[in-house]
Amino acid sequence: MTHIITARGLTKTFRVKKAVVDAVTDLDLDVQRGELVAFLGPNGAGKSTSLRMLTTLLPPTSGTATVAGHDIATDPAGVRARIGYIGQGTSAGHNQRVRDELLSQGAFYGMSRTDAAARADELLESLDLGALATRKVLGLSGGQKRRLDIALGLIHSPELLFLDEPSTGLDPQSRANLWQHLLELRREHGTTIFVTTHFLEEADQFAERVLVMDHGRMIADDTAANLKTTLAGDVITLGFASEADARAAASRIPTSSTTGSTVTATVDRGDLLLPRLIRELDSVTSATLRQPTLDDVFLALTGRSLRETEGAHA
Amino acid sequence: MTMTTATWNVLTRELRPVLRDPFSLIFSLLQPLVFLGLFGPLLVASSPAPASQTLQSFVPGILVMIALFGTGTTGSNLLYEMQTGSHERTLVAPIPRSSLLVGRALKEMVPIMVQACVMALVTIPFGFSVNPIGLLLGLVLLAIFGLGFGALSYSLALASRNNDWMFWGIQQATLFPLMILSGMLLPLDNAPQWMQVAAAFNPISYVVSAERSLLAGDLASMATVGGFVAAAVLAAIGLGVGIRAMKKAA
Ligand SMILES: Nc1ncnc2c1ncn2[C@@H]1O[C@H](COP(=O)(O)OP(=O)(O)OP(=O)(O)O)[C@@H](O)[C@H]1O
Ligand SMILES: [Mg+2]
Repeated sequence: MTHIITARGLTKTFRVKKAVVDAVTDLDLDVQRGELVAFLGPNGAGKSTSLRMLTTLLPPTSGTATVAGHDIATDPAGVRARIGYIGQGTSAGHNQRVRDELLSQGAFYGMSRTDAAARADELLESLDLGALATRKVLGLSGGQKRRLDIALGLIHSPELLFLDEPSTGLDPQSRANLWQHLLELRREHGTTIFVTTHFLEEADQFAERVLVMDHGRMIADDTAANLKTTLAGDVITLGFASEADARAAASRIPTSSTTGSTVTATVDRGDLLLPRLIRELDSVTSATLRQPTLDDVFLALTGRSLRETEGAHA
Repeated sequence: MTMTTATWNVLTRELRPVLRDPFSLIFSLLQPLVFLGLFGPLLVASSPAPASQTLQSFVPGILVMIALFGTGTTGSNLLYEMQTGSHERTLVAPIPRSSLLVGRALKEMVPIMVQACVMALVTIPFGFSVNPIGLLLGLVLLAIFGLGFGALSYSLALASRNNDWMFWGIQQATLFPLMILSGMLLPLDNAPQWMQVAAAFNPISYVVSAERSLLAGDLASMATVGGFVAAAVLAAIGLGVGIRAMKKAA
């Protein structure tokens, strides 16, 4: 079996009073064993709902899915035994101590006391929680709680790991640390990782596949590089001494536009084109190349910037 | 994982905070101590019977009160865990959902045991005499009652997951009537007819009578049997409703 996640027509509608909320519509998904998939989309897009269906927390309104070889509807216990899940909320009980909660989690996943204790200490150490081992969860800072959530999700080294915005609330160092952990898990155990995030750079840097969801529908599914070239493209901006020079140059660059003495063009492989343009147009006085981000991809897909949407909701 | 192992694991998790902070158990005795210290003397003064006799009926009532209030509010913990996400974490763990309820309900027995023992010991110097075997059986009775009432409190929490005001509303609206209509503090012998009828439908009345009878050393009375039957029925209903609610939880 090569697909560790297969979903067909997965749909979830909530009924709140009289209103119907289409949280996820017709999700089709195939994830290969060992893949690292990033799941992007603005607030309310349906990312968490998708994850909660795949992890058996929510029954789908319609559609089917097989996760780690087991059907989410007919064999949820089979799915749960094989996955790890780090939810969007705080996983640890507020009145528990940090290390105690890790031991309980180990026991829930069938680990022996000694295995759980050894693994707990390892994770406490590597997630920089060692000094907090006997502290109550209630008194931890937001980022410390988040690191504990991550430790709880990793304790049993699952073959498939779902993470719902694991990096929210983490400082840059803790984020780097989190990714180091995830990459290590992958290298050592071939773990499949399915992660939602609002940090586009993370998705860009680490995920080999990016899914974009908007209004409950999947609107893109490809590598970050492909999405950027097909949907956004490189932006070249050239400055000239005079407006006349700019206009003359623009006539030689297809799909360009001129503002004053500046010419802007969206192109493929701007890194190759820019040096050529500079050689050919000796009137150029300044040149910049901006390579697209996933935000440009989202803008191209929906006409909205992911960052703007974020801001509007936050 | 078997139901027994899973239940044990859930129970262990629930007991950890208690073991880490045993003083919290004593601290939560403040409320019953207030009743004992402020209500007890009133009761003794207003009754023609000697103080020791009043205590004999009052202390067992206080013990049931500990169990009633201790377990009646325990659902709030689950409610909080449902809101933060730690309940969700246990729902994706590969353990039977029923163990999440049973383990939690079983845990309720532990604080009750400790608190009831402390309370019984505290009152002995004031003339309360207790039959040791009766106390032991009385603790078992309280444990069964606490298990059932705790399970009901968890069920209420699961039912109020989207409206936490419902949990507090229902809890406030039921605990005091249940307490008063069980003859726990004031005997209902002179109460109006309708109150006596209501008390007859209140399972806690039977638990209170049985507790009085047991602590007085009357081990094989009808009251004792009635109390155990009432507690067992309550536990069966509590666990049944709670397990169903937990299995439907998302
Ligand atoms: N239990 C629920 N009851 C009613 N509506 C819900 C429920 N859970 C989610 N929704 C709705 O479903 C939609 C999708 O929500 P979801 O939590 O999946 O979004 P998301 O992509 O994870 O967003 P975020 O980035 O903010 O975490 C939203 O409109 C949300 O209000
Ligand atoms: Mg979400």
